[in-house]
Amino acid sequence: MDLVELDFFTAREKLTKREISCKELYEKYLQRIDKGAHLNAFISVFAEKGRKRADEIDRKLASGKAGKLAGMVLGVKDLIAVRNELTTCGSKILSNFVSPYDATVIRKLLAEDVIIIGKMNMDEFAMGSSNENSFFGAVKNPVDVERVPGGSSGGSAAAVAGNLCMAALGSDTGGSIRQPASFCGVVGLKPTYGRISRFGLVAYASSLDQIGPVTKSVADTALLLEVMSGGDKLDSTSSHAAVQNFTAALGQDVKGLKIGLPKEYFSEGLDKQVADAVSHSADILKSAGAEIVQVSLPHTEYAIATYYILATAEASSNLARYDGARYGYRAADVVDLDDMYVRSRTEGFGAEVQRRIMLGTYVLSAGYYDAYYRKAQKVRTLIKQDFERAFRKVDCLLTPTAPTTAFKIGEKVDDPLTMYLSDIYTVSVNLAGLPGISVPFALDSAGLPIGVQLIGKAFDEETIIRVADFLERNADTNS
Amino acid sequence: MKYEPVIGLEVHIQLLTESKIFCSCSTKFGAEQNTHVCPVCLGLPGVLPVLNEKVVEYAAKLALATNSRINKRSIFARKNYFYPDLPKGYQISQFEEPFCEFGRVSIKVEGEESREIGLTRIHLEEDAGKSVHAESFVSKDETLVDVNRCGTPLLEIVSEPDFRTPKEAAAYLTRLRQIVRYLEICDGNMEEGSMRCDANISVRPYGQKELGVKTELKNMNSISSVEKALEFEINRQIAVLNEGGTISQQTLLWDADRNVAEPMRSKEYSDDYRYFPEPDLVPVEVNENWINRIAQSMPELPLAKKRRFVQEFDLPEYDAQVLSEDRAIAEYFETTAQKVADKKAASNMVMGEVLRVIKEQQLRVEDLKITPEHLSEIINMIAEGTISRNIAKKVFNRVAETGTAPRVVVEQEGLLQISDASALEETLDQVLQDNPNEVQAFLTGKEKVIGFLMGQVMRATSGKANPKSVNELLRKKLADLKS
Repeated sequence: MDLVELDFFTAREKLTKREISCKELYEKYLQRIDKGAHLNAFISVFAEKGRKRADEIDRKLASGKAGKLAGMVLGVKDLIAVRNELTTCGSKILSNFVSPYDATVIRKLLAEDVIIIGKMNMDEFAMGSSNENSFFGAVKNPVDVERVPGGSSGGSAAAVAGNLCMAALGSDTGGSIRQPASFCGVVGLKPTYGRISRFGLVAYASSLDQIGPVTKSVADTALLLEVMSGGDKLDSTSSHAAVQNFTAALGQDVKGLKIGLPKEYFSEGLDKQVADAVSHSADILKSAGAEIVQVSLPHTEYAIATYYILATAEASSNLARYDGARYGYRAADVVDLDDMYVRSRTEGFGAEVQRRIMLGTYVLSAGYYDAYYRKAQKVRTLIKQDFERAFRKVDCLLTPTAPTTAFKIGEKVDDPLTMYLSDIYTVSVNLAGLPGISVPFALDSAGLPIGVQLIGKAFDEETIIRVADFLERNADTNS
Repeated sequence: MKYEPVIGLEVHIQLLTESKIFCSCSTKFGAEQNTHVCPVCLGLPGVLPVLNEKVVEYAAKLALATNSRINKRSIFARKNYFYPDLPKGYQISQFEEPFCEFGRVSIKVEGEESREIGLTRIHLEEDAGKSVHAESFVSKDETLVDVNRCGTPLLEIVSEPDFRTPKEAAAYLTRLRQIVRYLEICDGNMEEGSMRCDANISVRPYGQKELGVKTELKNMNSISSVEKALEFEINRQIAVLNEGGTISQQTLLWDADRNVAEPMRSKEYSDDYRYFPEPDLVPVEVNENWINRIAQSMPELPLAKKRRFVQEFDLPEYDAQVLSEDRAIAEYFETTAQKVADKKAASNMVMGEVLRVIKEQQLRVEDLKITPEHLSEIINMIAEGTISRNIAKKVFNRVAETGTAPRVVVEQEGLLQISDASALEETLDQVLQDNPNEVQAFLTGKEKVIGFLMGQVMRATSGKANPKSVNELLRKKLADLKS
């Protein structure tokens, strides 16, 4: 097996046995990034800096004092702050912005000896489902370079799938980790809201955003989740709930688990091959002793509308700070204050970002706040209650991750609403603040990856990791 | 047609916490530009606010001092607008569920009865930065931004439209200032901007229930400016109405140099702040126990202190008023009074001498070299007869200058009062000898001249002679001469 194809657990074993070194591993990844430049997965690559760090980690491994993640070569989505490096958010307006501080998750990961190899391309400000909205150009799906990798964490998913790095961090507001993971055939997890600190995550929609891992295996995701989770005094919305030993959920059976299939997730618009894959995964679980239960999430049809009202409202406010005044892009030769604001933001933001800012501003504006924003908050509560009711009967839910497999580049980019509908199975999970994981299960007839999603109760990542790990061992792609 | 003014005031106070409201930067005034900053108050990409709990404590103190109803749960909200000194493009404030409501502040305008002003609400928010337009280091077509002030905690105090005269507004601001200084949550300095006031004014015919059109007044940088500006605007509105015109709703800025209020350059649109609950902060939740703990840590408030001074120390209302105006002075007085028998003497000396020194030397009470212990010593020495009242003034000044204990000063400078007849004998005889005309005058019945003779004795003894003794002894000697 090529070194770059190794998942972390395997790589760490080899490193511990001195069969390989971080230095050579890192070098191989850098070469691979060169070869895979056409994928456009990276915005920044840390060559020299990373090499030095790899040497440092080799020394630590030799002295037996290495952290839990020594040997992990990690890409970081470019909206997570890494000190003294560019944090562009895939946007022109921050294309020159160097963060003076580390995000909390970065601090935690570095403390366990992770090596950061670069910052990953993404849909601008995390707004998109195909990574076609980046100022730095579209990312290509390594499985088929004429297709999108999904978004907004397209760079992260493509890089892991294409072996340009061992694992990556993404962010998920409406499906931005899970959907690209499904499109690229890798594992992607969005934790419970509050599980991982958002300090240092450039905000898109504050009440929906979460950072999460994108990996080659469920085991790698479990370990990264362990290291990254935990309350943070710099994030008032982070939870101080106990962080379980997620790796203990690996290698388990699924006997006796009650797994729900929400009927609203299996209707019109769902590609037949995707539906079949999910059905098949349900059958496998059943044969292994799990009970499959039909459930209903009746307010599912309002999820997209609710999401696009609440997320854009918060985004319109979160993105107000990008105004050319203090940092980032400022238009040339501005004549007065209004000119600076209007031109910097019009020239600095891409079309999709402008679209969502306007939408969000509208739903918050005088005369419309009650009809849109306040109403959407109420529907959000109803959606949450749908899940609470379902979880009285089952331990977790099994659904498709996305309605289709990876579509072609350019196919949906001119029709925003159609693009928005790709999030149909993922947005509710963010609205309800629940954990969700996409695990690759099958391939369609064109060889494109199909992921299945497990949705868990709040703070019960253990159960969905357990089931996802089982499905990974029993995936159709294995045969 | 007689018109009645209706005024409401919005006061912002800057809190004296060590750190800002949402980050741990210092709130200290006067630092070099952009040095009390961090990623959070700079609003850099990816940062989050974290509430400084001290701010909630200070808010609770003000709520208790104004009899407000503290809401067990209140939430933060974003007030969205664009301005370069507002780094995030929104101010974190409170909108639909403020910290407390329905309070009252008692005011008294001189010559009028006390009355109560209602408070609509008090809420928490963060201050913005400073835009610097006109300074030597700023070029003509430029504005510089100093972010130091961003994130300084503010309380916004909104009154009901209960004021009917500018004097009431001034009395209210004076009282608010007094309360926040008593609570030690704000120094109430309008000139420095730690207390700011905006006003809403309208007028209506006496007896009418409906309010007239209101205008907003801003940029009043002192309590007297507020009074003047209100006076101006009330007169302006009345003049307009008397001429048959109508009031247009607008914002006016007070110009303290020219004593006029002029409309702000009008914007084509009014701000829609698009308030929504702040998703990065959890609701502020307080319970009965916590409120009680704060209540127990509250200082005695001005009105209660004043009443107690009258009752406990048997002081006239005027004295109690002056002494309770400032908490530090009140405590200085009380500490002194507890160590002396004559409480009125303590009052007189604090109101007279202590306040004089403070005013003359622009001192703060804590900087006085003469302590309450010193002052009580002086008062006791007068009562004992150790020094005369006259000499006491000298001792006071010396102690205030040097901080040396009064008894030491008296000893070092030989200021003991001379009451003893034998000690005064020689001086008295000398004075009588040197002033035969006055002696003669006294003996022929011009009793008043004894004042002159006493003065001579005081001069000869450098003021140390006991006036009572001198008077007695002089009269005795003169009586002897007669016979």
